[in-house]
Amino acid sequence: MDTKKMAIIATKGTLDWAYPPFILASTAAALGYETQIFFTFYGLQLVRKDLSVLKVSPLGNPGMPMKMPFGPKWFKSINWNMPNAIQSLIPGYENVATALMKQTIANNGVATIPDLRELCQEAEVKFIACQMTVELFGFEHSDFIDGLEYGGAATFFEFAGETDICLFI
Amino acid sequence: MNFDKELDARGLNCPLPILRAKKALGEVGSGQVLKILSTDPGSVKDFAAFAKQTGNELLSTAEAGGEFTFFMKKK
Repeated sequence: MDTKKMAIIATKGTLDWAYPPFILASTAAALGYETQIFFTFYGLQLVRKDLSVLKVSPLGNPGMPMKMPFGPKWFKSINWNMPNAIQSLIPGYENVATALMKQTIANNGVATIPDLRELCQEAEVKFIACQMTVELFGFEHSDFIDGLEYGGAATFFEFAGETDICLFI
Repeated sequence: MNFDKELDARGLNCPLPILRAKKALGEVGSGQVLKILSTDPGSVKDFAAFAKQTGNELLSTAEAGGEFTFFMKKK
């Protein structure tokens, strides 16, 4: 049987959207898929050496529950809906939301992004960074982890054209 | 049931139980049995799907008090 293949294009650079590409890629690798992720535009943030750049923002994100990761059950179940206009005026609102999200992630036994990324690399998931966006955003190769390849759309198609599953995230 | 290796994946959430199981299966020989403990309700379907796709045999699945026990035989 031929090895199955999966390609993912990762285009989002926030903590929440960092999960789908790394969860799917690591699981695919565990299932025996040859897997590649192409990081482009904001997705480049997922292959930075410093992953503390990843934040989550409840601003303009009505689907995001804002619940406290500590305290008694009744307190944790409160959804702290706040109007966008107020969120945008509070300095550090994103940092607080990110810290709370990280605590919720830990409470639920969900892996951290650095861990998932490492699991992907251990499982030989191939990471490709879009050279065009690296230049567009003024990044240096030294901003990114080792083991990345740099290429463009044609590089992506070379592998993607042979895949069983191809996702845009 | 007899087993050759045990994996405690309790408290871990998707996809960690599967990733740890994959790793643990790499540490046993063909035909040997891995026992897996999990508290993730999603892992019931996930281990069945994992077995189906990788050719490792899921010998049994059991639940007791919110804890799941799987026995998986390496291909």
